[in-house]
Amino acid sequence: MSFEIVSWISVVLILVTATTILVSRDWRISLGALAIQYLAAFWLVTRHLPFAMGSVKLITGWMVIAIIGMTRLSLTNLEQNEQDAFYPRGASFRVILIGIVAFVAAGATPRIEAAIPGLGLPVIAGGILLIGAGVAHLGVTSDLLRVSLGLLTMLSGFEIIYAAVESAILVTGLLAAVNLGLGVLGSYLLMSGSVPLTSPEEEDLL
Amino acid sequence: MSAPILWIALPFIAGVLILFLLGEKYSAYIGGAISVVLALTALFIPIDTALLLGGLSLKIAPAIDFFGRSFELSTADGPLLAVIYGLAALWFFGTEASGTAHRFVSLGLMIIALLTASIAVEPFLYAALLLEMAAMLVVPLLVPLYQRPGRGVVRFIIYQTLAMPFILFSGWMLAGVEASPGDLNTTLQSGVMVTMGFAFLFGVFPLYNWIPQLMEESMPYATGFLLWALPTFTTIFALGFLDRYAWLQNTPQIANAILFAGVIMTATGGIFGALQRHLGRILGYAAIAETGLVLVALGLRSSEIVNIIFLTLIPRGLELSVWALALSIIKRKAYPLKFSDVQGMARKYPIAASAIVIAHLSVAGFPLLAGFPSRLALWQELSVQSLIASFWVFFGLLGLLISAIRTMAALVMAGEDSKWEMNESWAQVGMLGLGVAGIFLLGLFPQVLQPFLSSLPNLFDHLVQ
Repeated sequence: MSFEIVSWISVVLILVTATTILVSRDWRISLGALAIQYLAAFWLVTRHLPFAMGSVKLITGWMVIAIIGMTRLSLTNLEQNEQDAFYPRGASFRVILIGIVAFVAAGATPRIEAAIPGLGLPVIAGGILLIGAGVAHLGVTSDLLRVSLGLLTMLSGFEIIYAAVESAILVTGLLAAVNLGLGVLGSYLLMSGSVPLTSPEEEDLL
Repeated sequence: MSAPILWIALPFIAGVLILFLLGEKYSAYIGGAISVVLALTALFIPIDTALLLGGLSLKIAPAIDFFGRSFELSTADGPLLAVIYGLAALWFFGTEASGTAHRFVSLGLMIIALLTASIAVEPFLYAALLLEMAAMLVVPLLVPLYQRPGRGVVRFIIYQTLAMPFILFSGWMLAGVEASPGDLNTTLQSGVMVTMGFAFLFGVFPLYNWIPQLMEESMPYATGFLLWALPTFTTIFALGFLDRYAWLQNTPQIANAILFAGVIMTATGGIFGALQRHLGRILGYAAIAETGLVLVALGLRSSEIVNIIFLTLIPRGLELSVWALALSIIKRKAYPLKFSDVQGMARKYPIAASAIVIAHLSVAGFPLLAGFPSRLALWQELSVQSLIASFWVFFGLLGLLISAIRTMAALVMAGEDSKWEMNESWAQVGMLGLGVAGIFLLGLFPQVLQPFLSSLPNLFDHLVQ
């Protein structure tokens, strides 16, 4: 029973953090929310996977956050001021969007539980919420950092549900590699364009 | 020595070593040589068969266990590996001529190794994860550190990442369908899942919008490599799916959905290609149309599917490598490859301009070129099944032919006083000449592919029955 309560608290945490990531304009707050989101996802994953395998996902997620955070920190203020070109930009629009995702998740969860018994309502709800929030995020942004966050959110939702049906070590390892890869790729794309074509030494020579 | 170590681990490690240890000068030759050696090994040394060389007994074991699952390459995979590494060698040798050698060869080897792992992994559904990892490795090739990433590359990585969950879920659901075949709901849901997954992977209409964008914003040679490598291995993955779950192909709705997705891709790729004024975007639309042809072949209810698909895929590698190399040569002088920029380039770069037109005509299915035999075989099967689909495929290829003529017109549109020059280097002339000769060879004597085509169907037993 207490496990069930903690699982539902994780679902609420997922909803709050997904909303924060979608609404917040500050990348530090978004990354902080993502870190908490990984903690909640970790709890839901361990409902079906052993603790050690679940912790791989948590550690990988936090490593990804560290990679993206350090890259973002190194970018100049000029680049940080870039605005997302997508309209509408308002926070209320994004909250409504998450509301729709939450309604869809609430409607779909009992149906999926009926179709695939044994997954557990909180696991399905958490997974669907994250997948929906990730896809919604990808739909309203073209900013590279936010695209990375959207992909990572979507992927962690998928991992929660997939952990319930597939427990192979190879899959866990490959999914961790994909997560890390997305983090490194996000950092690479954030960095690209900020590196000059010629090195400082070459510039001195010129 | 086991086959996965030889054709997966070895090229991957070689790629890493080239990236960190070798300079620009030698990476193309070493990467190309490694690929040639691997291709020849696959061609001449059978897997899982003991060979006696003097007093030495040699046997390549077919499988290796890795984290509780296995990677397995059987004897039947030999010709496929030979084709893959042979075409990869062509791309790697071409990097020297295109001026993109260093990172291209190292990352290219790693990508090919991961994609080979995708055909070797058991259960084969895990291939979706390896395809995603390969797609992520392509990105540094497309976007150098000094270049701001455009929308094309972002969409590419989003679509490839979205494909993976669909494929993995569908595999799990398809296992459920096998357990209870009468459950229509699960069958429908798994059908939708697998269709969505492959729609993202193949870039089915309208999910292919990243391809022309990428061709416009990235280096043509790297994008051409991507447009060859990923669809080729996705096709092999899809063939594995159809082979493993035979009911997918026997369900008329799913077979028709695949067929008409291919028809729409070919028709729209050809029509949109004919309307473009940018050589890179034209290549992108031609690649889309050709992927459409592969999908049309996948949707056929015929035992010739595998033959037609490989008859399309093998020349595709050659056509795209020649086309992309020629574009990257011309792009240095005619950035950003719009018609207005390339006017008269046929007089300054005659070999590259000819190569572009010949490769383009080959993709359009022009007679006596490499693409023609596969189009002919496809039409022969398709016309029996649906004349309307045949018409739209023809219409798409007509669009490609029109874009080839427009490209040729732009390239030869020079002033009367401009002189003929040859600004290509000898390496570029050699690579383009070799590629164009290959296109003519495969068009005039398609039977040279017969040794490969006769053994490749063994990989997909249920499909060829």
